[in-house]
Amino acid sequence: MDLHSQEAILRLAGEHGPQKLVVILGAPDPESAEIAAETVVLGDPSYAGPLAGAQLGLDVYHILEDDMRADVPDDVWEEQIGVMADVLDGPAISTAVAAMRAQVPPQS
Amino acid sequence: MLKDRLVIALGERDGISGPSIEACVRAAGGTVVFGATECFV
Repeated sequence: MDLHSQEAILRLAGEHGPQKLVVILGAPDPESAEIAAETVVLGDPSYAGPLAGAQLGLDVYHILEDDMRADVPDDVWEEQIGVMADVLDGPAISTAVAAMRAQVPPQS
Repeated sequence: MLKDRLVIALGERDGISGPSIEACVRAAGGTVVFGATECFV
């Protein structure tokens, strides 16, 4: 995850509190989705950015997860996501992000 | 699930873009507080 995004996420978590935020990913494969999810849950795994060591435990989903799809009106979904939902491996991406979501550390 | 939530939309160039995620979030009643389209390398 690029440093600008990490800075923004850290700032927003400070402003609003981590419990009020939800991160929605658009990563193209399970590997990149998992790394992005790990960054906002457990901290930057590369230890290169502002989220290194920051266990924010943010709620995180991929836009292709069923819970997200169910929330979006059909016409908007078709216009914005459309064929990408068929091209990308939604089930594998969803599994990867759900596994990282399950690792949210207990809130103190 | 998205209604009345504060959302960080992190799209990717080779997947779903940030603006596309933002449009979905807004249509679902959420509020986008940050959006970006990254290039994963």
